[in-house]
Amino acid sequence: MRRYGRRAPYATEFIIGILLLGTSAVQGEALSGPAPVTQVVAIDKPNDSGGSVLIRWKRSADDGAGMMSVKGYEILRSVEREKGYEHLTVVPAGVEEYVDNTTVDGTSYFYIIGATDGVHRTDSDPVGPVMSSAQWFHQGRLNMLIATVLLSGLVLWFINRAKKGKKLYIRPIAGLQAVDEAVGRATEMGRPVLYVPGIQDMDNIQTIAGIVILGRVAERTAQYGTPLIVPTSRSLVMTAAQETVKEAYLNVGRPDAYNPDLIRYLTDDQFGYAAGVDGMMVREKPAAIFYMGAFYAESLILAETGHSTGAIQIAGTAMPAQLPFFVTACDYTLIGEELFAASAYLSKEPLLLGSLKGQDWGKAIFIAILLLGSILASFGHYFLSDWLTTGSL
Amino acid sequence: MSIFERLTRIDRRIIFCTVALAVIIPLLRPIGFPVSVSPSVKKLYDAIEALPPGSRVLMSFDYDPSTMPEVYPMNFSIAKHCFKRGLKVYGMALWATGVSLGQDALEKAAKQYDKAYGVDYINLGFKAGGIVVISAMAENVVETFPEDYAGRSVGQFPVMKGVRNFDDFDLIVDFSAGDPGVIQWIMIAYGRYGKKVGAGCTAVSAPAFYPYLNAGQLVGLLGGMKGAAEYEKLMDYMGTATAGMDAQSVVHALIVFYVLFGNAMYLVERRRSRRNRL
Amino acid sequence: MRHQIPLIITFVAGITMIVQYFVPHEPFAALSQQFRIWFLIIATFAMILGVGNIIKIHVERISRARPGWGYSVILLAGLATTAISGIGWGIQPGTIFFYLFWNLLIPLGSTMFALLAFFITSAAYRAFRARTAEATLLLAAAIIVMLSRVPVGTYLWDRFPIVGNWIMDYPNTAGQRAIMIGIALGVVSASLRIILGIERTYMGAGK
Repeated sequence: MRRYGRRAPYATEFIIGILLLGTSAVQGEALSGPAPVTQVVAIDKPNDSGGSVLIRWKRSADDGAGMMSVKGYEILRSVEREKGYEHLTVVPAGVEEYVDNTTVDGTSYFYIIGATDGVHRTDSDPVGPVMSSAQWFHQGRLNMLIATVLLSGLVLWFINRAKKGKKLYIRPIAGLQAVDEAVGRATEMGRPVLYVPGIQDMDNIQTIAGIVILGRVAERTAQYGTPLIVPTSRSLVMTAAQETVKEAYLNVGRPDAYNPDLIRYLTDDQFGYAAGVDGMMVREKPAAIFYMGAFYAESLILAETGHSTGAIQIAGTAMPAQLPFFVTACDYTLIGEELFAASAYLSKEPLLLGSLKGQDWGKAIFIAILLLGSILASFGHYFLSDWLTTGSL
Repeated sequence: MSIFERLTRIDRRIIFCTVALAVIIPLLRPIGFPVSVSPSVKKLYDAIEALPPGSRVLMSFDYDPSTMPEVYPMNFSIAKHCFKRGLKVYGMALWATGVSLGQDALEKAAKQYDKAYGVDYINLGFKAGGIVVISAMAENVVETFPEDYAGRSVGQFPVMKGVRNFDDFDLIVDFSAGDPGVIQWIMIAYGRYGKKVGAGCTAVSAPAFYPYLNAGQLVGLLGGMKGAAEYEKLMDYMGTATAGMDAQSVVHALIVFYVLFGNAMYLVERRRSRRNRL
Repeated sequence: MRHQIPLIITFVAGITMIVQYFVPHEPFAALSQQFRIWFLIIATFAMILGVGNIIKIHVERISRARPGWGYSVILLAGLATTAISGIGWGIQPGTIFFYLFWNLLIPLGSTMFALLAFFITSAAYRAFRARTAEATLLLAAAIIVMLSRVPVGTYLWDRFPIVGNWIMDYPNTAGQRAIMIGIALGVVSASLRIILGIERTYMGAGK
């Protein structure tokens, strides 16, 4: 272990340093600097795209204990063991890990960790050589890979079965059975249908699910000749909704009934959008209102206003925090996964229904693993729950 | 329609008027109910207490004016706590509207502890893209935020010395009112980089984050004005959240009263109609 | 062809995003980031479509003097004032935009959010009825949690916060997790349908 004090380039401190060094034999080691760090290791940071080295150490005996003198740890790096060490950074006391993100893959590096009290520094022995490199597989995500392959395999297998004409039973979902009733009611009353596809953009899977259901609802409104109003809070959602509704009207042979002006962009602002949609509900008095997509705090503001207008309301979201509000204020609510199942359910297409069956089997497997993991953990065996934890490194 | 039936259907406007009164009166004449601290709030407080002075805390201001009454007091209290502990604070926003709200909280908190902009704290400003921004700054902070909120190069500020990527932050606190927010920070900062993430969010979204808190993916959670008031109590001062707790208390009590009253009327009416059928 | 190209793009982008999760090596890490940046660029340009749509609809409403056309004038004036002041003079303290943000947007946004207090009360009053045993259980849990979240609850009974926290930590977490697991599976299934081109309604590709 090498130990030496490094002094700042000031004359007085230099003299004090000399004095301190000179008296260290009498006064004890604290005056020559804090105790060094121990067990220093430097490894190629695992599971990354290269360019980084992970250095770990056990903190100095004077860090938070002993002389309590450690203010931080200085990280030094060189490409040679004996010389040429350059200062990288200083990390605060208490820290026992540092990631050097500035390495060049294929180059060997040596590291020294210096425990410093602000005046003196006690260095560790150099560790190395260590070389950074990129990995082709993230070891910590093996469990996720198995889960993905298993689930995707099940979904694809059931889709394949459906392709071969195998009949699949799907349980009835009240909210989806009511879609026809809601559109029919709006037609009878001569009032429009309002469709709210959430407040998120097209990169959110819930918005995509909402637009997919919109396509199915638009087919019904086109058949019945009922106006369909779609206010959106994102420009891309407006464009996607216009395309989807246009296509739905075309599919049922009513392209003439399609009015793009009814699918309009309001604002990206959450409550500005809520105010805008509330205004539409009060002015246009729709007989049926659909909320399908990702919603936040505006959910109850929308659903309560809709309720006060007397409209039949069907909601669907995968936002757990908003579900209670929709359940309270709407006639039917699609809870979580039902939102994603809605399109398959409404279309009755075997391929889509097959994917639902695969999803259900996946759920059964996860329930079994959950039960097994809980039982094992209850008896003090954590290997399953540990293995299922996704590694961050 | 019987009197009970009529009572079960009180006009919304009457309910609204009583709620308004229940908010306004305690605000004008505070009652001073005591605030108790919940474990989720204490955890975040302890996480900040455990950081050695000089540690770096990244704060993301992902909220907007509408949620300011709930989220701003937490933002201010936690900034205050960081400055009190001598930590360095790095602000940023995934919501454009969060920049000036966060800056206001940082400035006010810094003033109380004589902390200087650029030396003890910085506001990196807004960047559109949510999860993309988090992923990008995880690898390189300066490349993602080359300028601060006022368009000045971040390189000129001493507080940015040694800050390169997520490895250089000791704690991340997200003040969130929706999306992008807590989930994205957990996914990237915790999930991919193993960083400690704490959160302050609106009361309405808090229940959804409890699973993450219990799983250790969040180091602490402040939910709504109550969470903010609890943090104010831990910091031993009376802020806007504590002041608002009286109003919130009375409104909660009023809602409980309405629910119980509605059920009492409902049960009486049900019994009456059963008896009539017999 | 009109539908084939978007389907190919969806397939390639989807598979790349899955692969990059498991492969830290370049080019996958950079590719996924690139895709996200491209989405941002597209979404930003799409703003032009959105604003164009607003202007088109409201100008038409004003020119045809449809009912409520006065509001359209206010909307367009607000849009122009905010955009011009922000682009022209910046958003720093002391600018017109800053003034509008703090004195118009903040109070308006807070007002809309505050409506929740009123709506929650009316919705809770209307919907929380002890019709069944399960509903009664839900009702009791709701009352306990509501009282545990505010100081008045502690004032009434000092154990309200403990019971409330227990409900939030255990039954609530269990329920939330169950819903989240279901959602996650639903997302995987829906994503697969989209990536494989089985579900194509969202791009106007219908049946």
